[in-house]
Amino acid sequence: MKRLREAWQGFKVGTWLGWQIESNWTEPFLFAIYSVIKPVAGVLILVFMYLVVAKGGLANPLFPGVFLGTTFYLYVVNVLSGISWSVHDDREHYGMLKYAYMAPMHFYGYLLGRGAAKTLIATVSVLITLAFGMGILGVPLRLHNPGLFLLAFVLGLLALSFYGILLAGISLLIARHGWVLGDVVAGALYLLCGVAYPLSLLPLPLRALGYVFPPTYWFEALRLSLLGQGLHPEFSRLSSTDLLWILGGSTALGIGLSLLVFKVSERLALRRGLLDMQTMY
Amino acid sequence: MTRSFGKTFLRTLVGRAYPRLIGLWREKSWIIFDVFFPLLQVSAYVYIYRAVGAPPEFAGFAVLGGAMIAYWMNVLWSMASQLYWEKETGNLQLYLIAPTSRMAILLGMALGGLTATTVRAAGVLLVGTLLFHVPLQVTDGALFFGVFVLTMVALYGLGMLLSSVFLLWGREAWHLSNLFQEPVFLFSGFYFPVRALGFWVAAFASLIPITLGLDAMRQLLYPRLMEKFRFLPVEAELAILAGLSILFLFLARLGLRFFEDLARKEGRLTLRGQ
Repeated sequence: MKRLREAWQGFKVGTWLGWQIESNWTEPFLFAIYSVIKPVAGVLILVFMYLVVAKGGLANPLFPGVFLGTTFYLYVVNVLSGISWSVHDDREHYGMLKYAYMAPMHFYGYLLGRGAAKTLIATVSVLITLAFGMGILGVPLRLHNPGLFLLAFVLGLLALSFYGILLAGISLLIARHGWVLGDVVAGALYLLCGVAYPLSLLPLPLRALGYVFPPTYWFEALRLSLLGQGLHPEFSRLSSTDLLWILGGSTALGIGLSLLVFKVSERLALRRGLLDMQTMY
Repeated sequence: MTRSFGKTFLRTLVGRAYPRLIGLWREKSWIIFDVFFPLLQVSAYVYIYRAVGAPPEFAGFAVLGGAMIAYWMNVLWSMASQLYWEKETGNLQLYLIAPTSRMAILLGMALGGLTATTVRAAGVLLVGTLLFHVPLQVTDGALFFGVFVLTMVALYGLGMLLSSVFLLWGREAWHLSNLFQEPVFLFSGFYFPVRALGFWVAAFASLIPITLGLDAMRQLLYPRLMEKFRFLPVEAELAILAGLSILFLFLARLGLRFFEDLARKEGRLTLRGQ
């Protein structure tokens, strides 16, 4: 019970601090614009690629699935990079990681809280991008299966948060590459998880890797629930329940792995005196 | 006096370029990260084009765009934001009390960054071309080289100008650099021909020299395909790039003096963790 209370305390503080760091560098209005421009620009790159070359332009049957994948991918970037970056940022830039670690709160909860702040920002961006897609681009979005959406959404976010914790653990041990770690992993997931094209286009070894990661099933479940159809023909034989089981199972494995990696990294960082490392990177 | 100034200018330039060059070779793992990371994005865009059955030249668009992104990222994070980083690490005041030209510091930063980035961009181009069997055949080598050089002069001139503007800012500098990524990838047509955005949007986007540079390089690589998509004739783009080079270098000189004075008056030069 005490550990739970400490975890909650850490989560609350992490969320508050994360929100302040992300948002208080400017006026709320400018921050809102900033939060919208980046994701919409990312989606518009795809829109123009389709307009230039795809048969039928935005009416191409692949486009809705690609749009949805790209929009929800915003969570991947924000949550993964957000959590791992917070270790680098706190330690290297603000020199306060050791204080956060010593405080009477659960460090794990604190890191999840830092991710929650980024999730909040990503949620606003996702909602605006979805509205843009429906209103301007004519993407036929509606809730085909609310239960599937809700369960898949929560499971996916959980998986991403714990992947973020795993990367945060690795960040505790490295200095020079810590700031790109989250972005590199998020970039790899974009390539491997069939965010913007059918997985069947990838060479077999890369496709096999794509089948291992939960976000692949997450994106597909979200497509099924919001578009009524998926993007990957090889999943067409899977029912919604199958997808949820696979997503749930791979998420549980991911959580276990992240706990293990973080614990080992934490112990190593303590032993090697890395918690207050400052390398000027 | 003039000779001594010239010598100091040159020594500063070399001195500031040196850490960027030596850093490239001292930490070799960066090369893997710097080539591998952009390749992830480039590969994804190549597969997007393949998914919709685009001609193979479009893969070339994505690979060339991915290589040129290395320069834009270098300008954003290692030119524009550099004086912010220096402020955060406590080096900025050392720069300011050094008896040398600030322009020499910025030029040194630009030359060092440009050279180091060229190694990364060449890596992306080479691996991307081989990996995706991208057809690359330059129709006029001299013109292509001229376009590339002028694009770089104008681009790093813009970086020097932004660097002086960013001198005023704290965390805004970091966030603005962040903001200038995806929107600039969009408006400069890094992954598709900029003409698709419409003439006037493309004209506005041409304030960022890579817009014109990319369009001209694509015309020289894929003349037949680009007949449909070209924004302006290569010669016109070359002339505009030359104009932008002079303009940005001139503005950078003015801007550096103006913003340094302003930052001194407002006491922002030594503020850290804003």
